[in-house]
Amino acid sequence: MHRTKVKVVEEALDANNTIAAANRADFDRAGVTVVNFMSAPGAGKTTLLERVVADLGDVRIGVLEGDVQGSMDADRLASLHVPVTQLNTDPGFGGECHLDANMVRSALGALPLEQIDLLVIENVGNLVCPAEFRVGEDARVMVSSVTEGEDKPLKYPLMFRTCDLVLVNKIDLLPHLDYDLDKFLYYLDQVHPDVPRMLVSARTGEGIDGWREWLRSAATTVRALA
Amino acid sequence: MHELSLSSAIVNTVVKHAAGRRVSVVSLRVGHLRQVVPDSLEFYFEFVARGTVCEGARLEQELVPAVLRCDACTTGWEMDLPFFRCPECGGSEVTVTSGNEFEVESIEVEEVQCIGPR
Repeated sequence: MHRTKVKVVEEALDANNTIAAANRADFDRAGVTVVNFMSAPGAGKTTLLERVVADLGDVRIGVLEGDVQGSMDADRLASLHVPVTQLNTDPGFGGECHLDANMVRSALGALPLEQIDLLVIENVGNLVCPAEFRVGEDARVMVSSVTEGEDKPLKYPLMFRTCDLVLVNKIDLLPHLDYDLDKFLYYLDQVHPDVPRMLVSARTGEGIDGWREWLRSAATTVRALA
Repeated sequence: MHELSLSSAIVNTVVKHAAGRRVSVVSLRVGHLRQVVPDSLEFYFEFVARGTVCEGARLEQELVPAVLRCDACTTGWEMDLPFFRCPECGGSEVTVTSGNEFEVESIEVEEVQCIGPR
């Protein structure tokens, strides 16, 4: 027996990216804009969706809800008469901490693609792994809530760098916190110069109009291209 | 924590190229921007490799520094903190020359020699 060196030179995530491209082609064919919606646990993703899903005018939205376990978030959104598909990452080893392209592919058949214009994929709450795995999205939106601290862009640059919009949530709490908003915006600007950002409060509704408009225009832009 | 998911991606890539042969070494190039903790990756790789042709293989990691270049003034710099604005002109359009790699560079496989009849 002898040993041979085999040249590989392949990005280890190529397999995921290939499946993500296949998903994207399917979404494009159906004329559906896809938003990958990410944040740390408890930043307010579901509440930010609850605030806008029923009020998007002629844009028909659907949600793919990614969770390790349970359907609590999906149930909340379904009660607003929005088509919601649940994707649980359990029962793997401990349950995956993110959605990958293959998991989303497995859910394609359950999605009412013909009846929607916009699909929001609510990823598993986590600022690390979801940043690594494309799922076939057109745009990435992340939520960073002010209770998480202003240093987060420096700690999770991969996530902050790969998103197309940052929603800074829970700003109604600013008077009660030591959070330095200017410092956060400075770090954000260093990690991802010029990335669009919106200051919002899902609780009071402040800034929600901008978020709703962003979703509406994202849906129409891609539909126009399809 | 993403080292577990990344380990699975490595093993899948290697298994594809090993074509059934046992793998003794996996050489990886890891960019600084991937935020990979080398010890953690090694730990998970050993775990995920069990039951595959990668079982027991040594994981070699070459760390690639993050090097950026400003598109406006062409200043180049090696980045430590994730500050992507040009330190010279403040420009926001920068090219990442290196540091994004997460690449299986090569593998070492064990070939079983055929001993034919003489």
